[in-house]
Amino acid sequence: MVNHDLLNCQEVWREISNYVDGDVDASLRTRMDEHFHACAHCASVLAGVKNVVQLYGDERMLEVPAGFGERLEKRLGQKLEHTLDERRVWNAAPMPSRWSSWSAWLMPVAAVALFVGALALVDTLTFHNPAKSVMAERGHNIPPDMLVVVSDGSKVFHVAGCPFIHDKATERTITARQAMRDGYVPCSRCMRKYLTASLTGQPPIDSANSDSDEDQEEVVSAAGH
Amino acid sequence: MSGPDLALNNPGQAGDTRERDLISRVQAGQHELFYELVRPYERRIYAAALAILRNEPDAEDAAQEAMLKAFKNIGQFRAEARFSTWLIQITVNESLMRRRRERTVAMEPIDNRRDGAGPGEESDYAPRDFADWREIPSETLERKEVRQRLAEALSTLDRKYREVFVMRDMEHLNIQETAEALGISVASVKTRLLRARLMLRDLLAAGWKQGWFSRVPFEKGTKPW
Repeated sequence: MVNHDLLNCQEVWREISNYVDGDVDASLRTRMDEHFHACAHCASVLAGVKNVVQLYGDERMLEVPAGFGERLEKRLGQKLEHTLDERRVWNAAPMPSRWSSWSAWLMPVAAVALFVGALALVDTLTFHNPAKSVMAERGHNIPPDMLVVVSDGSKVFHVAGCPFIHDKATERTITARQAMRDGYVPCSRCMRKYLTASLTGQPPIDSANSDSDEDQEEVVSAAGH
Repeated sequence: MSGPDLALNNPGQAGDTRERDLISRVQAGQHELFYELVRPYERRIYAAALAILRNEPDAEDAAQEAMLKAFKNIGQFRAEARFSTWLIQITVNESLMRRRRERTVAMEPIDNRRDGAGPGEESDYAPRDFADWREIPSETLERKEVRQRLAEALSTLDRKYREVFVMRDMEHLNIQETAEALGISVASVKTRLLRARLMLRDLLAAGWKQGWFSRVPFEKGTKPW
């Protein structure tokens, strides 16, 4: 290899691809030309790269399997037929079996009905089942004029003296009607007899406290904070 | 699919004009002309798919699917772009999508999955052979075994080098188009292209010594490198 002042062989190799593509500036091209004249090794590399580009760039290197064109044409033809079929269906004159005048109206109407029905179902399942217990939700047997106790920090109303009143220092007495109007729900313990009666129609059971009762108080209290 | 003889085999301005006319007619609804439009690019489309998928049946299917997508989206093609580049871009996208879907990437060597310029890619590639080269006449490509040997040499390259080389030197996309088609940077395209060309040159040098390009038939069973 030659001892070239400006470009060494590595530098030439690094740019040789750009040189073949004509993607070097005039100054660099001149310096590389000088190097190729003086360096047989780099001239060999250049000749080889040119051979590679020329041979692989030849159209004959792009071979396809036998019958490729025919298969492609056939598949495109099938697609075209399919497209034309679809177009015929949509553009066709009124067809009793498909889009007669009544069915053309029926489909959108059915879609709207289905949509409304789905909304109603979602409404039933979601908006009428807020995050509070079933017991609290069904306090319809509570006399509206019954005096109940509410307090800050909780959205539960109680009968006076209930041990589960959340913050006794802030308790105040209002009617059950007012309490429910203000978003309060009945305590599942002291109001149990009204709640169970409304749920089952059975006499109230004076049972011990359950875990679900505790949960209800916690959930509602948390919501009230 | 049959249509008027509108094959676009004549390169140059006349061919471009005919192609533009054909595109307009297909976009206007003469869908049966679509195959005539893509027929001149069949081999390039297949080669692009094969470079990525490395499996002939998969490449053919991907090429067909890509042409169906091109057919479906022909209305979106704009005259500012080259039609051939547009088709190749769709084919590359389809092929890359299939490769991702089939998870073949995970089965390739880690170095193959690196998209940016990795350590091996950034380091200079030193040519191994400095034999005195002369130009290999393109007539040698008439011989099937020469084309096969060249294809085999190409198949030994790592995926990232092979894909760039095929897009740039066989599909004749420019550097920017190659970068966009493969989703890599222009710098990566240049680096990989240089390396691919130098590696293929070394492989061809070995083949030269083995008599690939001579008139003497290649001996079956022997390895050129």
